[in-house]
Amino acid sequence: MEDRVDTPVTGLINRTAGIQVEDLHAWFDRLHALRGITMAIPERKVTAVIGPSGCGKSTFLRCLNRMHELVPGARVAGRILLGEEELYGDGVDPVLVRRRIGMVFQKANPFPTMSIFDNVAAGLLLAGARNRRKLEAVVEQSLRAAALWDEVRDRLQKPGTSLSGGQQQRLCIARALAVSPEVLLMDEPASALDPASTLRIEELARDLAKDITIVIVTHNMQQAARVSDLTGFFLDGELIEYGSTNELFTRPKDRRTEDYITGRFG
Amino acid sequence: MTRESYERELQQLKDDVVRMGEQAGEAIHRSIEALRGRDIAAAERIIAEDDAIDALHMNLESRCMRLLATQQPMARDLRTIAAVFAITIDLERMADHAEGISRAVKRLGEEPPVKPLIDIPKMDAILQEMIRETLDAFRSQDVERAREAAKKDDVVDELRNRVLHELLDLMIKNPGIVPRALELLIVARHLERAADHLTNVCERIVYMVTGELRELNV
Repeated sequence: MEDRVDTPVTGLINRTAGIQVEDLHAWFDRLHALRGITMAIPERKVTAVIGPSGCGKSTFLRCLNRMHELVPGARVAGRILLGEEELYGDGVDPVLVRRRIGMVFQKANPFPTMSIFDNVAAGLLLAGARNRRKLEAVVEQSLRAAALWDEVRDRLQKPGTSLSGGQQQRLCIARALAVSPEVLLMDEPASALDPASTLRIEELARDLAKDITIVIVTHNMQQAARVSDLTGFFLDGELIEYGSTNELFTRPKDRRTEDYITGRFG
Repeated sequence: MTRESYERELQQLKDDVVRMGEQAGEAIHRSIEALRGRDIAAAERIIAEDDAIDALHMNLESRCMRLLATQQPMARDLRTIAAVFAITIDLERMADHAEGISRAVKRLGEEPPVKPLIDIPKMDAILQEMIRETLDAFRSQDVERAREAAKKDDVVDELRNRVLHELLDLMIKNPGIVPRALELLIVARHLERAADHLTNVCERIVYMVTGELRELNV
């Protein structure tokens, strides 16, 4: 059994930062999906976003790395600061923002024609990296950080799609980590996985948070309770309550939070 | 289990806690009545009936476990189940004190009392008020009422001290009564401990409603 690496991402993650969201609004055409969200997301913590379907939690996540504006008719107003830096400032390249703030989606989406190795290396190859030895080192580091290395080290040239669902999701996490992001966003990363794979992803999120800021959207309240340090409850595009996960799940302040987490609506 | 049956389960759990509290309170009151009447047969019945309260305790505890495992309760529901878990332990111990008093009644047998019983029935009366108020507070989730009920623990403590001093005086004057006087001290001690358990119950009621876990009467 290999020694457990305490800070598995070190070497990939050069820096991380907290995110300050100020009066964030988002629209899909005339639909006002987020209504003035102000929220301080601390660095090197897991922050969970919960709420019923349609409450704006995924939209919120997609605003954080400027993916919301990819939808035709979508608009954003307000400020988001990554550390000191304004993400919606003039001249900021959204592609660079997306590279700095990585994202993992509900359904694992490895590039179907690529091998495991190439899936992880894809971001770097796109950015022009050609040094094979450096690529190999980063791929290994990323797969280790995603707790997948031991399972795939002997079959790196096999297609990414040959892996199980849980492994594919960890492959996507490795792919996101390979480009040294500063923040990792996870949109329902385990909702399509079995309980054992779900727990692995959760454990991984906790491990990664030693080095990198994580924001996770989840429908699963027990998951939010297990994995996060802070939780925000969204309802109808508003942030109803935000605070320590422990407090929010044992004694929420707002009646609407209480009703939602005890399953009385939503 | 749908939320409706979950709600029903939670409500039944709370109803059964009240029922258990009433039974424990009644057992204590009857044990003091048995003491006053030197009624050994009644004391024996109380001892035998303690098994039913123990069984109710086990039953409530396993229902709490099932709800925790199957419903993943949160917030107030979680606090309610955690509180019920703790409360049933205190109520079960309270009933054990009724059994303890009944055993003292049996040991005293039909021997004449060392003194007229005044403060011990008073302790029981206050304890009965505490039980009523505590169970009311539990039913209506009334934090203030729970705090008020817990305050009565001090009165029970004072009465117990009075019983102690009075019996000490009597024992010094007449060492022949020591064995019987000690039995009365044991009874007073059981009542005092029962009031302590009720104070714990009040603390759990405050926790259930507010989420604050703090000692009352410190």
